[in-house]
Amino acid sequence: MATLIDLAETPVRDLNRALHAPQATSWRVLNPRGAHAVACGMREDLAVDIEGHVGYYCAGMNQRATVTVYGNAGTGVAENMMSGTVRVRGNASQSAGATAHGGLLVIDGDASARCGISMKGVDIVVGGNAGHMSAFMAQAGRLVVCGDAGDALGDSLYEARIYVRGTVKSLGADCVEKEMRPEHLMELAELLKAADRDEDPATFRRYGSARQLYHFKADNSAAY
Amino acid sequence: MARHGRRLGARPLSDRILKGREMCGIVGLHLRGPALEPRLGELLGAMLGQVVERGPDSAGVAVYGDPRLSPPGRSVVSLLGTSMAEVEAALPGAVAIDAAATTVVHAEVEQLRSVLPEATVVGSGEGCAVLKGVGTALQLAESFGLASVTGWQGVGHTRMATESAVTPEGAHPFSVGPGQCFVHNGSFANHATIRRELRAQGVAFDSENDSEVGARFIAHQLAQGADLEKALRLLCERFDGFYTLLVSTNDSFAVVRDAIACKPALVAETEEWVAMASEYRALDVLPGVENARIFEPEPEVVYVWRR
Repeated sequence: MATLIDLAETPVRDLNRALHAPQATSWRVLNPRGAHAVACGMREDLAVDIEGHVGYYCAGMNQRATVTVYGNAGTGVAENMMSGTVRVRGNASQSAGATAHGGLLVIDGDASARCGISMKGVDIVVGGNAGHMSAFMAQAGRLVVCGDAGDALGDSLYEARIYVRGTVKSLGADCVEKEMRPEHLMELAELLKAADRDEDPATFRRYGSARQLYHFKADNSAAY
Repeated sequence: MARHGRRLGARPLSDRILKGREMCGIVGLHLRGPALEPRLGELLGAMLGQVVERGPDSAGVAVYGDPRLSPPGRSVVSLLGTSMAEVEAALPGAVAIDAAATTVVHAEVEQLRSVLPEATVVGSGEGCAVLKGVGTALQLAESFGLASVTGWQGVGHTRMATESAVTPEGAHPFSVGPGQCFVHNGSFANHATIRRELRAQGVAFDSENDSEVGARFIAHQLAQGADLEKALRLLCERFDGFYTLLVSTNDSFAVVRDAIACKPALVAETEEWVAMASEYRALDVLPGVENARIFEPEPEVVYVWRR
């Protein structure tokens, strides 16, 4: 039996306090009604089901917990996640998984602008489309987009790997298409499986950093 | 985006880009039928109540179609800094309604300006009344008596001042053309240049506020014959900066965001209404939201709904 917390009666602070010193492993959160910072800063192997739409920074800084949002998520879902799994059944607003170091973020619907901005090791699987400037300055981890990607994908990318099944509206500076080798097909298959998706890895294309922005080039000095 | 092959990361990623920093809240409700018209003010107030934290300095609303504030066929002027008594003394017989910092007067704007040249006009035209003031949206909604206001369309704003002083004049909506309202979350970078250009074309300004420049630009385009869609497209071409805009007129409700789209915006649509807000929690107060189509407006796409 999951421990029930109704945000129509209980403040978000009380919910988060309870999740930080948990007396149960399984939780159900009702009536989030777009509240910010729902289920943030968890550090234990918890299962948290949130029934409704959440506001900003849901499951931020998550470690180890498994969070499912049965609804849409606002700005910065799973921002700075370290480990664990966060799944959004609906759509996610901008900066989903921002700066996250680890764990898995699954968005069943669409992700808005800047999905995976500055990601540092998280894996993100988007079932639908991802908005403009996704994986902006992404440093490590993998971003999988089963639908289309918007403008400036992977702008100023470091070492994160990006897989897109649909079209890419445009690539950002220093982001290029790369060869899909067997090891990439294998890791993509694992990511899709972890996200409960059945797309064929062979239908994706891979993108990554051309590594041309790593060092200052004298040719560009006029641009500064 | 790094067009010259230079890494933007040479500068620290600003929190504003990374997390869409809070700065002002916007709400708007456009009703598609008469069923909810008696509850317009109540619903708009409830929406505003959800975005107070985004802008605690000052707030304002514009309501379309309230028979007390803007009776059909009557010209309405919203004034700041002029009391009901002063209006009645200057213009005997005119209907003046006290709404906290704002006084709503049923009169022609030219007539009012001729007898009260010092008064600050914050809205004029038929069918629409603008109410604004300093303080939290909840206090203002209470002092305006917003809960009892009726009508077919309303827009509201909670302001966190960044570009100019915290005064009732700096509160949104900016209403500078007949029945037009302009609500802005963000900041324009090149407003001084555009203000200078508009002044050279004879457009007068009330303040140094960046949002007023956007409102004057739209009013100027509309006056020159552009439709709302075209006026907003021209604004996107001409203005630099961050913006999510909600623009309303006597028949339209429009939303547009800049190319980067940092400033949040959500639209929800049902058979009964179209609503726009900075955050979902402001939409959650609306009846039927559980069946609404909810989406984020795409960058530089102009969305217009007509009555």
